Amino acid sequence: MKHLVRALLMTAAVVIATAQAQVTITYWQYDFGARIDAMEQLIERFNAENPDVIVVQENAGPYASYQERVAAALAAGEGPEVVQLFYGWAGAWQRAGYVEPLPAEHFDEAWIQSYFIPMVESVKIDGAYYGLPTAVRALALFYNKDQFREVGLDPDAPPATWDAFVEAAKALTIKRGPRFERVGFGIAPNGQDHHVVRTVLTNQLGTPPYSADGTEVLYGNELGAEALAFYTSLQTEHEVGVNEFVPGANGYREGFINLESISMIIDGSFAIGNVRTNAQFDWGVAELPTFDNGVQANFGSFWMNGLTANAYASPEKLEAASRFVKFVTNEESMQLWLDVVGELPAARTLVADPELTADPVFGAFIAGLAYAEATQFVDEGAQRSVMVDAINRVLLEGADPLASILQAAAEDQALLDAANAQ
Amino acid sequence: MTSTPPARPRRSLSLAQREALWAYVFLAIPIAFYAFIRFWPALQSFYLSLYTWHVDPARRRFVGLGYYRELLENPVFHQALKNTLQYAVITVPASMALGLGIALMLQAVGRGRGAYRAIYFAPYITPAVAVAWVWGWMYNYNYGIINTLLIEWYVFLERFGLERLAIEPQRFLTDPNLALVSVSVVVVWQQLGFQVVIFLAGLQGIPRIYYEAARIDGATPWDLFWHVTLPLLNPVIVFSVVITTINALQLFDQIVNINFTDQGGPLNRTLSIALYMYQEAFGRARLGYAAAVTVVLFAIILIVTLIQLRLTQRRVEY
Repeated sequence: MKHLVRALLMTAAVVIATAQAQVTITYWQYDFGARIDAMEQLIERFNAENPDVIVVQENAGPYASYQERVAAALAAGEGPEVVQLFYGWAGAWQRAGYVEPLPAEHFDEAWIQSYFIPMVESVKIDGAYYGLPTAVRALALFYNKDQFREVGLDPDAPPATWDAFVEAAKALTIKRGPRFERVGFGIAPNGQDHHVVRTVLTNQLGTPPYSADGTEVLYGNELGAEALAFYTSLQTEHEVGVNEFVPGANGYREGFINLESISMIIDGSFAIGNVRTNAQFDWGVAELPTFDNGVQANFGSFWMNGLTANAYASPEKLEAASRFVKFVTNEESMQLWLDVVGELPAARTLVADPELTADPVFGAFIAGLAYAEATQFVDEGAQRSVMVDAINRVLLEGADPLASILQAAAEDQALLDAANAQ
Repeated sequence: MTSTPPARPRRSLSLAQREALWAYVFLAIPIAFYAFIRFWPALQSFYLSLYTWHVDPARRRFVGLGYYRELLENPVFHQALKNTLQYAVITVPASMALGLGIALMLQAVGRGRGAYRAIYFAPYITPAVAVAWVWGWMYNYNYGIINTLLIEWYVFLERFGLERLAIEPQRFLTDPNLALVSVSVVVVWQQLGFQVVIFLAGLQGIPRIYYEAARIDGATPWDLFWHVTLPLLNPVIVFSVVITTINALQLFDQIVNINFTDQGGPLNRTLSIALYMYQEAFGRARLGYAAAVTVVLFAIILIVTLIQLRLTQRRVEY
């Protein structure tokens, strides 16, 4: 009996000692099949190469309740060491303490700036980075080539200017009585369109939406009004689309892919996978159209890997978590993410890859990335509402675009001021 | 330690007292449980509302009543408050009147009452998410059945040259002036079953003998309703008013799911206080401010409920 007890105690001691030598890192992202799958593969590779660290991915639930779970878990002292967050959340998350800066001793600023595309700079707060991406996304125009053929448009010559875009959309739109059978363009203020107005159209017209340091709203002027007026004219004047044409969270995409009642949509590269799998027609992707001045602009964004306060629990954890973040952002990981998820790589070297640039689908996005700008949000949720409301005031209440954009600029400025005061 | 304590006179409990004591013990268990997982966190939200939010309590900053001042000035909160009161003013009387009407008719129906009751009750136990999605499609301008019917109705009337009687297709959920009413209709439809069941139970509890006595005295059916049914239903009505009002003031699920791309929209016209609180807490990570919203919502519900109880309970007669 004594021997048995001693043997058990010894085994327990050995197990505990081994467990202590290994650092366990928990990873969270929202539940999306391909992303979870890709991360599982990356974790498997990492764990094989790093026997002293065990990374575990936990299912953090659907996108809709992701922030809720992160907040609850971290406030209870639980949750992940490494967390995936949308770059636009960085400000709000930093103020709430959900995400901590990447430690400068493990992440060299000069390396970050030379390795990643410049967009990554937009998540710097007070000189510190709050996360690094495995992949980035840009916007492009998805269009239904079959429907282009049907109305006599050249399926291989997608509209390059907004004028051509409006003409094509008019040709594609079918109206029966007061209702549309098909719309040329899938209007979606709350989809990507608020970015189109805020960042794409403003830049194309020559007014950057924010000052370089991100503290000042600059779109509250005639040019901002022109951007808003052009966008809303698609519904009010040209009648080539209508808000909430297809109900649901991603109705515009649903209408394009499944119902085939929307001929063109502006969407992010993250939609490629869905379109590829489900679209039963010939489709194409094109760079966003420009105004007559030919100035190109695009909105870039990304999900990134950040560290929570849990990662700062011990120097060992911090080192292991940092090592993992570096691993999931290295070139091989980006390549795997591109293959499995279909999102564009975030490294300068990979973006310049000729094979990718020549790709008929990825090419348009890669081209857009070159001149894309990631808006420096301080509070993405609130700033999105500001622009969606600006659009809706014009679409639903017939407000004057200038008055509406001025109101939006004032509200947006108040959000920037509040965030910068903290 | 060897000295014995003076013997105390032993008070023996009567059987009834002992039973009551045990009852208290058993009742205390769920109360303790509730106090810990419900009341304590609720009290904590008062405390949270005085600080900026940070996961690390040491890094929360005391702002005092700052968030309450912000609430007073915030136009979005004002809109949410206005909407929430409108939801209550629309849905409570509508669902109660319809519920009572249907219950009275079901009372008159002998055969198949159970089946009717089940049908009316079904929406109440259907998840709000499913209800909101189905109605979202029905309301849709381009695909929705309601607008299809309106167009068919127009075509029908056109044949007789009566287009004037037609109703234009409506943007039920994107028209800022219609959205709140459209959501309210869904809420009423969903709560109807609850009202019907409550009122049916109340009606069945009224002794027939009162009606017979009144009829002998020459009362008309209208008199019976006003002077027998309604007064005797009062306890049920009080219960129903209070519960329905609290539900209306906490409205969340239907609003979130019926306009998924622009929750609370268009232009915040369907935003409720509960949804506003949720957006501030988890969309913007401002839990301190959201806690202040919760406290205000709590105060509103408390005051409204107290007023209702005061106004309605006086007339309880048997």
